[in-house]
Amino acid sequence: MSLTGVATSTRAAYTVGRVEDVPPGEGRAFVAGNVQVAVFRLRDGSLHATQAACPHAGGPLADGQTDLDVLVCPLHLYAYRWSDGGSSAGLRAVRTYPVRDVDGDLVVDV
Amino acid sequence: MARTGTHPVLGGRLAGLTSLRLADNDSLDATDPRGRLVVVGNGMAGARFVEEVLGRGGGDQFRITVFGEELHGNYNRIMLSPVLAGEEHEDGIVLNSHDWYADNRVTLRAGIRVERIDTAAKQVLAADGSITPYDHLVLATGSRSFIPPMAGIRDADGGLLPGVLGFRTIDETRALLAAAAVHQRAVVLGGGLLGLEAARALQAHGMQVELVHAAPHLMNAQLDAEAGAILKRSVESLGITVHLDVLASEVAGPGRMRGVVLADGRRIDADLLVVAAGVRANTDVAVLSGLEVQRAVVVDDQLRTDDPDVYAIGECAQHRGEVYGLVAPAWEHARVLADVLTGTDPTAEYHGSRTATKLKVAGVDVAVMGISAPERDDDEFLVISEPRRGVHLSVVVRDDRLVGATLLGDTRKVAALAQAFDRGSPLPEERIRLLVDLSDGKADVGVAELPGDSQVCNCNGVSKQGICDAVAGGCGSVGAVMDRTRAGKGCGSCKGLVKQIVEWAADGDVAEDASAGWYVPGIPLAKPALMAAIREQDLRSVSAVFAALAPGGGEDAKSKMGLTSLLKLVWGVDFLPEKDGEFINDRVHGNIQRDGTFSVVPQIKGGVTTPAQLRRIADVAEKFEVPMVKITGGQRIDLLGVRKEDLPAMWNDLGMPSGYAYGKSFRTVKTCVGSDFCRFGLGDSTRLGVDLETRFQGIESPAKLKMAVVGCPRNCAEAYVKDVGVVAVGNGRWEVYVGGAAGATIRKGDLLATVDSPAAVIELTGRFLQHYRENANWLERTYDFVPRIGLERIRQVLLADSEGSCADLDARMQRSIDAYTDPWGQDGKQPATPGQFRTSLPLIALPQVPVR
Ligand code: SRM
Ligand SMILES: Cc1cc2nc3c(=O)[nH]c(=O)nc-3n(C[C@H](O)[C@H](O)[C@H](O)COP(=O)(O)OP(=O)(O)OC[C@H]3O[C@@H](n4cnc5c(N)ncnc54)[C@H](O)[C@@H]3O)c2cc1C
Ligand code: SF4
Ligand code: FES
Repeated sequence: MSLTGVATSTRAAYTVGRVEDVPPGEGRAFVAGNVQVAVFRLRDGSLHATQAACPHAGGPLADGQTDLDVLVCPLHLYAYRWSDGGSSAGLRAVRTYPVRDVDGDLVVDV
Repeated sequence: MARTGTHPVLGGRLAGLTSLRLADNDSLDATDPRGRLVVVGNGMAGARFVEEVLGRGGGDQFRITVFGEELHGNYNRIMLSPVLAGEEHEDGIVLNSHDWYADNRVTLRAGIRVERIDTAAKQVLAADGSITPYDHLVLATGSRSFIPPMAGIRDADGGLLPGVLGFRTIDETRALLAAAAVHQRAVVLGGGLLGLEAARALQAHGMQVELVHAAPHLMNAQLDAEAGAILKRSVESLGITVHLDVLASEVAGPGRMRGVVLADGRRIDADLLVVAAGVRANTDVAVLSGLEVQRAVVVDDQLRTDDPDVYAIGECAQHRGEVYGLVAPAWEHARVLADVLTGTDPTAEYHGSRTATKLKVAGVDVAVMGISAPERDDDEFLVISEPRRGVHLSVVVRDDRLVGATLLGDTRKVAALAQAFDRGSPLPEERIRLLVDLSDGKADVGVAELPGDSQVCNCNGVSKQGICDAVAGGCGSVGAVMDRTRAGKGCGSCKGLVKQIVEWAADGDVAEDASAGWYVPGIPLAKPALMAAIREQDLRSVSAVFAALAPGGGEDAKSKMGLTSLLKLVWGVDFLPEKDGEFINDRVHGNIQRDGTFSVVPQIKGGVTTPAQLRRIADVAEKFEVPMVKITGGQRIDLLGVRKEDLPAMWNDLGMPSGYAYGKSFRTVKTCVGSDFCRFGLGDSTRLGVDLETRFQGIESPAKLKMAVVGCPRNCAEAYVKDVGVVAVGNGRWEVYVGGAAGATIRKGDLLATVDSPAAVIELTGRFLQHYRENANWLERTYDFVPRIGLERIRQVLLADSEGSCADLDARMQRSIDAYTDPWGQDGKQPATPGQFRTSLPLIALPQVPVR
């Protein structure tokens, strides 16, 4: 049994911008509903979204650098995996959100 | 900047505190054949013991449950001192996160206190009402701060009066940090290791600290009176007031700690009292469970208590009358007990520890091992005492073996002495060689002679053999060995020795681990091969380099910045920029700050400005409500806390070029007033500084480049400690120094040449910079580069033109200079990418930067 398995709350979808607002390989921050999210467009075209503030010390993750495996926070250079938001340095994981391209719109579920 | 109020669980999981597995319910797990091993206490001993058990394959033998009263994962308690001093971030001291326990199938019951053990039923009774059966039980409850019975120290509920804190846990350390942020005056009770470390740490936060110690001299448990007196002087010279030989009798209220009254009637007003007056073993659980307890839980040579299935290790154990307050004995306990319980060596025994300790206080070097004074008639005792320099060294030798050493103010010999002390290795006939190097050419005991099992890293219990094994197992760089073994990752004082051993074990061939020689981690090529491949395959963008040269063509985030820099060097204006290949600083031409704002440092060449420039800076600062305007250490003006979205408009209003205070590039040239005004000036240093900065502005390089020009050897602009420093020495002559540093490393530059005109200085500087740009590793400053290549070789290449490369170096530097454009003028008008200057945080609340 897990203590945390209960919180499967409902998600809502928000259109936060256009895909071309996020240049390839970079991230931009948006507000989805009332949640600050950072949306990334990787060089293979895939989209990812995370919480906007780094779990370590609140760094602006949208200003970080990316590759196909990780996102590196600009402040202290800790890396977070896209796959599960986890950090190899044992920090708290970053929260990730589903994001998709709907006719060129960026739609984030929070 | 205000941090959010909630404190995270150190090494915790994102959602939920306790680790995945709940208390193993006996009836459900009845089919599990493994024995039940329960550890009480998740501190340094308990967690290390679990690691030792797992390391012996114990995970298949035992279902392991660990109770820890603290909510956190396991952290390095020793490192609380640097955390308190602000030298280390708390995330850096996590040893085992909650995930680690889950990954190793160990049940961690964090935040749950064990109350009692029912040794007859073999059950652990915890504060949450749970009952956990065991087959083997290990007590590792450590100690707590001893709170002396002072009047008024406790409040009505028996808790400590607000403003009074111990220094034992991360939570207490956080509370101390919070108090240091708002209060000015602190009293530290206790002049032992812990008290001194606490005092120095609080002082580093700007607090005024007074230390009260009941004994007649500091560190009386380790030092004799003479050494204690010298230590007192060193501590006082740091600005800490020391009161000796006096008891603190009362804490003055009301409501909170407002002062401390001493037994002689004096009163010290303060807002914070740190109690570091010794520790007491946590024995409540053992006492309530009917185990034999004296000063601590009594154990035999196999760490067993008087109940055959209950063991005790670490600071809560008393073995042959000794209770230890250090981590090394705790780890020996953990090893022996793991051997016994897993059956790896059922006859393993622990026979006591020889203790050695070091004070972790910047500016005061103290290392002590064994006894501090002779105890028997025929003990040899050698003392070197230089009170004026704050140096006191002594050794005690018995039967040709080192049984004690005290090093105060000069700990250079500590490694050799520690080895002699631990190993009982033979001592030099001339005993004085133990303490000082007599230069007759005889080398020190080298790493080669160290026995394999001698402990190198005390914090993490790593032996020389452990390091050699890691090297043999494929770790070829010091960093890789440190990651694998954790050697050097505690207090860091053994890093030098670790490096020597790695080099020795790798037979000097440290580059055997290829990645250490790669220019960036993601491309398996050293810099020359990488540059050649880039040229041959005509690779002009970061993504082209990854596609052609990375294993599997995969990109690597941590390599992008270095590649961008290298491509600019190779291609100049023909480089194909990609914004995601740049670090955020380079993307927006400012230095990112802790709250996501940026700083704006306009170019002020050579530190020479004009009233008109100053007026413009003042206007801009007012218009954009810049939170802080600061004169930098680089002789220019910094506008700090600027919102990203304001950057282009600000640059436009300033109308000044970028000072490149953010890039791995040429930064500034500091100058002194020189011959135009200074009565000692021998050359026009200001003019030369301005000319140098004009010529090399914005040049990208493997690491920052900083220069200075001074008008005479009085060196007012610190030219001896710059990447390139220029000193006027009269008669039109100038000395050019390279490889100096006064940052994280201090190094006086090496004299490259003395030349006879400003033009010659500029030419030689350009040639040196280009040689450095082409040959230095990514992020290698000149202070590492120059000694690595060797001054002689650099002279050969740059002065004697031994490789016939000087003309090419000059030409390639000229090409970079011609490619210079001011980035503020460029992107300010036309963003390079959509949203280049859009805010990234916060989108909802406004930034909070303190305004002065
Ligand atoms: C603004 C300034 C401090 C000040 O208020 O005076 C400063 C501020 C920073 N320094 Fe510095 N350094 C400043 C002068 C220095 C100096 C003194 C000097 O330049 O004469 C040094 C010693 C010389 C040297 O460079 O070694 C210095 C040695 C460092 C170092 C250590 C480098 C080293 O290898 O030893 C770092 C860390 C690094 O580069 O990795 C650093 C890093 C930093 C960073 C960029 C931290 C960072 O990476 O974000 C700071 C940015 C603060 C901000 O938010 O903008 N700063 N820093 C100074 C700007 C000078 C300028 O006008 O350009
Ligand atoms: C600031 C500081 C600096 C230090 N510097 C050094 C140094 O430089 N060198 C050195 O060798 N040593 C140093 N020490 C000492 C070193 O940290 C200790 O020797 C070491 O931590 C002892 O390990 P331990 O596991 O026995 O106790 P601890 O690390 O204290 O662990 C005991 C754990 O048991 C838990 N616990 C207690 N009772 C219960 C219960 N009933 N139920 C559940 N859990 C319980 C506690 O919460 C605690 O987490 C320093 C200590 C401090 C505080
Ligand atoms: S400005 Fe320099 S010295 Fe000051 S905190 Fe930042 S990096 Fe450290
Ligand atoms: S804030 Fe992100 S790594 Fe520190």
